Amino acid sequence: MPGSDKETDLTERIEAFLSDLKRGGSGTGPLRGSAETARETTALLRRITAQARWSSAGDLMEIIRKEGRRMTAAQPSETTVGNMIRRVLKIIREEYARSRGSSEETDQQESLHKLLTSGGLSEENFRQHFAALKANVIEAINELLTELEGTTDNIAMQALEHIHSNEVIMTIGRSRTVEAFLKDAARKRKFHVIVAECAPFCQGHEMATSLSKAGIETTVITDAAIFAVMSRVNKVIIGTQTVLANGGLRAVNGTHTLALAAKHHSTPLIVCAPMFKLSPQFPNEEDTFHKFVSPHEVLPFTEGEILSKVNVHCPVFDYVPPELITLFISNIGGHAPSYIYRLMSELYHPEDHEL
Amino acid sequence: MTKEEKQRLRKEKKQQKKNKEKKDDNASQESEKEKKSVSSSSSAPQPPTQPATQKGGSSCCSLKNVHDMVQKVTLILIFPVVKRLPEHIQVDNPDVLKKLAKKLERQQIPLRLDYGYKVSLFSHLHQYSRKAPLTQQLSIPSSVIHPAIVRLGLQYSQGIVAGSNARSVALLHAFKQVIRDYTTPPNEELSRDLVNKLKPYISFLNQCRPLSASMGNAIKYIKKEISNIPSQCKEEEAKGKLLNCIECYINEKIILAAKAIAKYAIEKISDGDVILVYGCSSLVNHILCEAFEKNRKFRVIVVDSRPRLEGREALRRLVQRGISCTYVLISAVSYILPEVSKVFLGAHALLANGYVMSRVGTSQIALVAKAFNVPVLVCCETYKFCERVQTDSFVSNELDDPDDLIVTRKGKTQLEDWQQVPLLGLLNLVYDVTPPDFVDLVITDLGMIPCTSVPVVLRVKNVDL
Repeated sequence: MPGSDKETDLTERIEAFLSDLKRGGSGTGPLRGSAETARETTALLRRITAQARWSSAGDLMEIIRKEGRRMTAAQPSETTVGNMIRRVLKIIREEYARSRGSSEETDQQESLHKLLTSGGLSEENFRQHFAALKANVIEAINELLTELEGTTDNIAMQALEHIHSNEVIMTIGRSRTVEAFLKDAARKRKFHVIVAECAPFCQGHEMATSLSKAGIETTVITDAAIFAVMSRVNKVIIGTQTVLANGGLRAVNGTHTLALAAKHHSTPLIVCAPMFKLSPQFPNEEDTFHKFVSPHEVLPFTEGEILSKVNVHCPVFDYVPPELITLFISNIGGHAPSYIYRLMSELYHPEDHEL
Repeated sequence: MTKEEKQRLRKEKKQQKKNKEKKDDNASQESEKEKKSVSSSSSAPQPPTQPATQKGGSSCCSLKNVHDMVQKVTLILIFPVVKRLPEHIQVDNPDVLKKLAKKLERQQIPLRLDYGYKVSLFSHLHQYSRKAPLTQQLSIPSSVIHPAIVRLGLQYSQGIVAGSNARSVALLHAFKQVIRDYTTPPNEELSRDLVNKLKPYISFLNQCRPLSASMGNAIKYIKKEISNIPSQCKEEEAKGKLLNCIECYINEKIILAAKAIAKYAIEKISDGDVILVYGCSSLVNHILCEAFEKNRKFRVIVVDSRPRLEGREALRRLVQRGISCTYVLISAVSYILPEVSKVFLGAHALLANGYVMSRVGTSQIALVAKAFNVPVLVCCETYKFCERVQTDSFVSNELDDPDDLIVTRKGKTQLEDWQQVPLLGLLNLVYDVTPPDFVDLVITDLGMIPCTSVPVVLRVKNVDL
């Protein structure tokens, strides 16, 4: 039967995506960048919308929520998956509200007045059926996909506003966004980049070779020399894995040290992060914040005799508090860390924060 | 005539006598020569007063030593100290390089060539490759350089002997061997000839690896002891005396100092402490082992960094004693620091403005510890105190072999052909300086002092000398 073929095809794709997530996020550096993950997630959600059986917005949201929980459980550290799911849920809510013809009341902030007067709206259960809903939702998801395709370019376009000539810029590890940012600026301006290699994964090496091939004068330093050379650095530009709800970052390990050194020398710290990395999580959730990988990267098995007597830690991420960050550059422009909460309320609905 | 002018004249007369004695002595870069040239170079630019009044200078010869000290102290107080810059931080000056090449040629020591592309910020420093040790350019057996020194030089340049205490002790042992094998040539005095013999050795060792502050102080001490040997002393007696002096120096300044520091430091370690250490400092390891023997209950976190990975050596030593340890890399230090109660750091040298010069990464650890409000204690013997001042890690540092940064992960070596890529540079720093506001306490053999008391200790030591 053609219906069940489509369904099995859909489940197959979802399973393939889940196993990809489980394998890909082994922490030895993303085998795929966050942008690719975001695009794949959104494409998969569009496929679910198109092929799954649902009759009302509420059903669709239930299906997406269920799949979303499975996806985030497969790789908790890959927050872009959860972010995209929340975006799509918000799209569905908006399309539903538009179809119902309700006015464009921006009731994202539940003000005390609204809570008391309009109790009915929050009892909305999205059960009404609208014929055009499917097409609308799919169109909106397509718009989201176009936005995702252009994020890196949008960020890179702002490079010349922030980098002047003969600057010394420091970065850590490897971020495709920062790479594009610097390469774009290098077309018109001459500057010097110092890359901290970010042991034990040493992704800084790849970044440095790529930048030097683009004609930028690059120096690779060890993590231990970050504070030593910071006095000659004019700007620190980094990428991140996630932007948290309070404006803090979850970035590669070593970023907190870099941020502290920049603060000590009053060097501005600029974070290039596209909007899909913004996550409604807060950093206090201890059990899901840190991710550890095999300590053989730190102390290899060749050091046999002492291995059994020693604890070895190899965390992948670092928390950087918002006080150390000067500026966020995203595809919609530049913001201060104190503005992040507002952006988040525009992207996600508060009820979707918990999937 | 004012008191200063009289002193100046006496100084000039002494300088003339010295120039006659050491005519074949070329301008060397050792720090103890800098001290003497301090007073002479500061007096030289002064406008010369009447040369006829040189008679006043002759009366000083009998009370030479006392006047010497008084002049030194007063001159340092009155005139600004102008030190000759050491050669190893003037690599970008072609005249200095030419002078160095000539000096080495005269001493028959090969010149070591720089390797690889140097980052522009550090073009004033040498950068050597470990694969091209100086000994390859020497003829074996070397007639100019004592074999113990050749071996020592090779051990330094290959990193077999590393760490400032180990290097100083190895240097002193090698010098003991040199003194044992030394015979005074006829018509020469031991006190002058031995010092001249040591100069090429020191240049050779400097070429193998730049001398550390502790080694500089040790060499100053030895030279002073040698030149203080009275001329009527017999050779055997003189050699015995010198060997004894060196033994005493090692014993006092290094071994006993370590015991004293351990005694003070153990007072600071309480039960239940979590202590963070960085890299491999022989002194800090000694302290921790002593504390463990005195039955203090604590655990240690060893922080390590690429490319030297010295922390693994410290880890081995501590685990052998039975201390429970954790091991992380320096990029994870802000993850692990909330667990830590104290940070113990070793030092390579303590500078006169209170900055701590130590292995690269130390200042970073102190910075993060300060941000988490964890006390930072630096342990340092007094023989490592240095009169230099420095505010950043650029002007005077050491560049290690840049190829050490290359690593192969998952079968791919990213930086393999970094020499071919024109705009890519690798930087392998060895030292960095920690500002005194990051350091809460310095534990020395004289007691526990704040970082800013270092010049006081130096002054006390100088007057003793």
